[in-house]
Amino acid sequence: MTDISVETRPLKFWQGVNQALVEEMERDENVVLVGEDVARPGGPYGVTRGLLDKFGDLRVRDTPISEAVLVGLGIGGAGVGLRPVVEVMFFDFAMIAMDQIVNQAAKFRYFSGADMPLVIRTMCGAGGPNGAQHSQNFEAWYCGVPGLKVVMPSNALDAKGLLKSSIRDNDPVLFIETLGLLTQRRDVPVGEDLLIPLGVADIRREGSDVTVVAIGRLVDRALEAAERLQEEDGISVEVIDPRTLSPLDTETILESVRRTGRLVTAQEATAPCSVGSELVALAAESCLSELKAAPIRVASPFVNVPTPLPLAEERAPGVEDVMSAVRETMQGS
Amino acid sequence: MGNQQPLVQAAPEAGSSTPLDRYRMMRLSRRFEETMEEQFHEGQVPGPLHLSIGQEAVAVGGCCHLRQSDAILSTHRGHHHCLAKGAAADRLMAELLGRSAGYSLGRGGSMHIAIPEIGLLGTNGIVGAGLPIATGAAYAMQVQKSDNVTVCFFGEGATGTGAFGEALNIAALWRLPLIFVCENNQYVELTPQSVHIAGDIWRRGESFGIPGSRVDGNDVEAMAEAMETAIARARAGDGPTMIEALTYRWSGHFVADRAAYRDEAEVQEARALDPLISARALIDDDVADAVDSEIEEEIAVALAFAQQSPLADFDSLSIGHYAAS
Ligand SMILES: Cc1ncc(C[n+]2csc(CCOP(=O)(O)OP(=O)(O)O)c2C)c(N)n1
Repeated sequence: MTDISVETRPLKFWQGVNQALVEEMERDENVVLVGEDVARPGGPYGVTRGLLDKFGDLRVRDTPISEAVLVGLGIGGAGVGLRPVVEVMFFDFAMIAMDQIVNQAAKFRYFSGADMPLVIRTMCGAGGPNGAQHSQNFEAWYCGVPGLKVVMPSNALDAKGLLKSSIRDNDPVLFIETLGLLTQRRDVPVGEDLLIPLGVADIRREGSDVTVVAIGRLVDRALEAAERLQEEDGISVEVIDPRTLSPLDTETILESVRRTGRLVTAQEATAPCSVGSELVALAAESCLSELKAAPIRVASPFVNVPTPLPLAEERAPGVEDVMSAVRETMQGS
Repeated sequence: MGNQQPLVQAAPEAGSSTPLDRYRMMRLSRRFEETMEEQFHEGQVPGPLHLSIGQEAVAVGGCCHLRQSDAILSTHRGHHHCLAKGAAADRLMAELLGRSAGYSLGRGGSMHIAIPEIGLLGTNGIVGAGLPIATGAAYAMQVQKSDNVTVCFFGEGATGTGAFGEALNIAALWRLPLIFVCENNQYVELTPQSVHIAGDIWRRGESFGIPGSRVDGNDVEAMAEAMETAIARARAGDGPTMIEALTYRWSGHFVADRAAYRDEAEVQEARALDPLISARALIDDDVADAVDSEIEEEIAVALAFAQQSPLADFDSLSIGHYAAS
């Protein structure tokens, strides 16, 4: 809920990320940013523009194409007192650094008891004509890794507040930005040290008939679907954005599902073994008897992401997909 | 870990290490591992054990000129690195014996030891994984404008990983205060190095402009001297160095490996070059004898400490995944 007494300004998603980086780097000289093309070019999509000039080429540093070393820079740096932010250009490329993320960063505290204040920023989704190796959503893969946190903002406000919190967090955080959202705007308070806690879901819209748990790019679409369902069908939809995928705010989500008795999940990833699957499992385990209808996962079809943008956009679930899933859960009532 | 005070052994002041200190540390490492091997055969080590017996000079020469604030990265075969960087023998033993007084509360074992307070950023179960982390530690030292350095120990087998090339490139490109120490013990798990290595490892840095040398890894003084030069270079901001230390893995890949794939004659030949013999030759016999008996005492105390500590229990498994909030 936005407090009208606070001055706000509409920011694009990428600006939220950029402001978070600037503010945290100003606040703490141990925060550094390394990645491919992050410094001089300001990021492949301009997300990190201006940082090099502000903070110099030791703290904002272009790296060679060395994904394992890139994450290693963050781990070793954090091990010696920095709070590094490393950027893996596309989520698809994190595969190459998987060992460093899963076997190294996520295990450091378990082995040593020491902090591992590392943020790994990356970009997911099919928001451009980038094809099958530059558009994927693997967030669920990392949610099964103890010791790692997984954060996935859906808008400029959360991008800013969650990134600032992630940088101050003492555990390794995989921070997943969404290409299709970079230029989307949301009002963000001006001149405030905006910190959104990790592990806390946001009820973006209150409702009483159906709970839609949406992540990333599907949050705005779920909100629009909810609006239209209210107008067209008189269905009251609650929309929850978990914001942090691991650890998941199961309490907020389950409280809502118990209240509405109906669950729809919405994501850009494919369905098998996804965040949606986890949510459905959670509901089945925790409150099966309170469910009035079978849960439905809205997800991309189980096919690779095509390169032509119109096809890629067609593949991603839209407002209509969420609407029909909600209607399906309401059938017979 | 939170509920354990580190009992860090006093490492000698940087630069003040003497041949006696070095012999002492090598002897400690040798006796530590022999003791752990016995414990393994008695069924007391609940995990794999990769011994560095015969390779002590590489770790001791590699660490004797380091400060506590310098960092090292170790490997699956890393007890000697841990001890040489200042890990306490008693807690290290406790870890290997699966006891709760161990550095990871007895849940990690020998491949999963990290003690950042003494600059040990990890032994590792993943071959080659220390290389990227070493670049990060060295980069941090650069950002912090300290003259600390990072030493990355790795086996010759790790030179086959992609991370090796990535690390060399960025270390040279950024002039990182990083010393690559390839501990070439001739075997990569169950096959000889000839199955794995093309060309000369010590020259792999050449085209990056990284000076390299090949050192007798059984001669602790030669090793210490090569490190002294490399460390000075790194502290001065002149960038990385590559050192290939030639040594020999006396035991099998791990304790239970009888290493039937190699000639006993070859092993005997290597054993004749025992690094402890040449290190001991530099000090008076009676001084060395006294050190030996002190170490027997230390090992006995460490073992008793470890054995008295309770075995890691199931409840401890949930400790240390996330910061306490
Ligand atoms: C990435 C990876 N691949 C394979 C292994 C299995 N493995 C463990 S040790 C080892 C050999 C390593 O040889 P080297 O680096 O020369 O070290 P050494 O054992 O000789 O000390 C192998 C293949 C592993 N642990 N990690």
